[in-house]
Amino acid sequence: MNQKQSNERRLGWLLCAPAVTALLVVTAYPILYALWLSLFRYDLRFPEQRAFIGIDNYVSILTSEVWWHALGNTLILTISSVTLELLLGFPLALIMHHTLFWRRAVRAATLIPYAMVTVVAALAWKFAFDPTTGFVNALLGMEQAWLTQRWSAFLVIILTEIWKTTPFMALLLMAGLTLVPHDLIQAARVDGANAWQRFIKIIVPLMKPAILVALLFRTLDAFRIFDTVFILTRGAQGTETVSLLGYNTFIVSLNLGLGSAVSVLIFIGVLMISVLFIKGFGASLTQGENAE
Amino acid sequence: MISIRLTLALWIAISIILYGCSSQRREAIPTLNWYVAGEPSGAFSMAAKRCSEDSGQAYKIEQVPLPADADQQREQLVRRLAAGDNSIDIIGMDVIWTAEFAQAGWILPWTGETAEQAKAGRLDAPLQSAIYQNQLWAAPFTTNIQLLWYRTDRVTTAPATWDEMILVAESLGKTGTIQAQGERYEGLTAFFISLLASNGGSVLDVSGKHISLAQQPTLQTLSTMARFANSSAADRALATAREDQARLAFESGHSSFMVNYPFVWPSAQRNAPEIAKHIGWARWPAAIEGKPSRFVIGGLNLGVSAYTPYPQLAFHAAACLTVARHQRMAAELGGLLPTVAALYDEPEIRTTYPFADVLRSSLNDAVQRPQTPLYNDISLAISRTLHPMRDIEPQKDFIRLRRAIERALNSEGLL
Repeated sequence: MNQKQSNERRLGWLLCAPAVTALLVVTAYPILYALWLSLFRYDLRFPEQRAFIGIDNYVSILTSEVWWHALGNTLILTISSVTLELLLGFPLALIMHHTLFWRRAVRAATLIPYAMVTVVAALAWKFAFDPTTGFVNALLGMEQAWLTQRWSAFLVIILTEIWKTTPFMALLLMAGLTLVPHDLIQAARVDGANAWQRFIKIIVPLMKPAILVALLFRTLDAFRIFDTVFILTRGAQGTETVSLLGYNTFIVSLNLGLGSAVSVLIFIGVLMISVLFIKGFGASLTQGENAE
Repeated sequence: MISIRLTLALWIAISIILYGCSSQRREAIPTLNWYVAGEPSGAFSMAAKRCSEDSGQAYKIEQVPLPADADQQREQLVRRLAAGDNSIDIIGMDVIWTAEFAQAGWILPWTGETAEQAKAGRLDAPLQSAIYQNQLWAAPFTTNIQLLWYRTDRVTTAPATWDEMILVAESLGKTGTIQAQGERYEGLTAFFISLLASNGGSVLDVSGKHISLAQQPTLQTLSTMARFANSSAADRALATAREDQARLAFESGHSSFMVNYPFVWPSAQRNAPEIAKHIGWARWPAAIEGKPSRFVIGGLNLGVSAYTPYPQLAFHAAACLTVARHQRMAAELGGLLPTVAALYDEPEIRTTYPFADVLRSSLNDAVQRPQTPLYNDISLAISRTLHPMRDIEPQKDFIRLRRAIERALNSEGLL
């Protein structure tokens, strides 16, 4: 029996090996290499000046106002877009879940924005808000150059993000809705709970894991936001995000050391968000068990 | 039998692959790729065609257009050059890239006969922009410098200094607006460096390695910028204005002054002939009364990529592209100022540019932007620190600016 178990275990590892190797090659190696590079002064323009400087790159970034500004912008974008997506995603998920007619068609139609390439979506929004070619100003009777001011530019970026990714949020929430047993809701109805009470007291608590997963996915995505901002403002008007900063350091300045350090810091940010959510996620699970 | 066939097939496959690799850049008539900003008037492509024809089948110049925005041009070129791309032969270089490209070993130095050809009869300032560490790195092609444009129907004489101009503009009321470049980009850096130079200061010291930014001229410059941006004479959209926004606003007739490049002159005549009749010109306003203003020089130099398979031909072709007659063509068709001094005396040029003498005197006093391989980082440091101009606090921003530039010089500053 024992022999068989260990054999199976070995087979399991063998079967996993290709995937693990591939993951190590395509993720672990670049991450470690970026960590290593971030300890050097290494400008691709002047490779002969490459020198080991320890954590100086990190010190330089963390004492720079540019970094904190970009981090602040990223957090504004992340928090506002994810919150609004959650609020909009719920009704959308309920519609997708409860629709009686053309269920497939409704679900497919909802998902169209998410299926679109982000660059294309961002360009479409850019044209829509353009003062000369766009329709938004005409529609609202305004003469606003939306992308030339900080707050209106933020607004357009957030709207683009919401439009693009709310369907994804709704999809994840819908998966959570299917977890809610139908008889439980029926029972609550028999007990006289109205729709709002059923939603708050039964559906939401049961869906908590699904909500947290959806929030985690979207927060991680939103924290690394790049393409929408790149297309809409290129970081002008104080809308620069941390990913854009990494791009500028890497691609524009060819500063591999500093750029790697920015990437590592973004990675740490992502890690912190994950830990925060998983802790919250775990806590909510155990809480649920204790309560029961 | 099978093995023979297999060997044969393998041989064919290998030779096709090898041929494919090697034939990419081994044509009967070598093609020289000229990476340069797109030029709508066609002056560049005509020059390329003529040089190809005159070469007697020695080479064929193919123009590869780069984006219009200088930052994006640099981004594309730098990415390719850092990867050693051998498809680039001749590079249309903004004057501010010379030191960076030379130091990185991306362009070849000019020597001997072609160097003499590239230097012959050139104005000093454009020539200096192609020189780094006493070595010529590019052939001066076109140049550029800002003038002051004003409405002769509202102002009788051009104001001599910024202070005077702001006062006059404020007294004009609604139509007194001064158009300038205040967006966070190279234009803002150019504005700052020019005003600083006019105040007698400079960003880097003579060695080009250390920060200068003397206190008195820098504070003076910052307070003029703040005074201007907060005055009623500044356009409300100053913080997002580039050269073209300034031009369009001036052509609409609601402004009385504008600092801008000479491309605004043919444009005004085409788009707003009524206003063009009343446009006067003068040197860029001075900072100190009686001390001539100094504006930074712009323009395009042609360099030869270090990775070209045909360096000799590329030098020859670049020298041909920049000769006086092609500069004349670019000046007349494309509105690009020539670097050959004698052209400013030619009647045709003087008809196209009635302000040729003001241009020449401005060019004679022109100042170079810091000639350091780290210029891009320094420029970003300046424009980021000083944008938006209306929020400048001279004392505080003097310290922030020094710190940002020092970081950039250490290659450690985040942009």
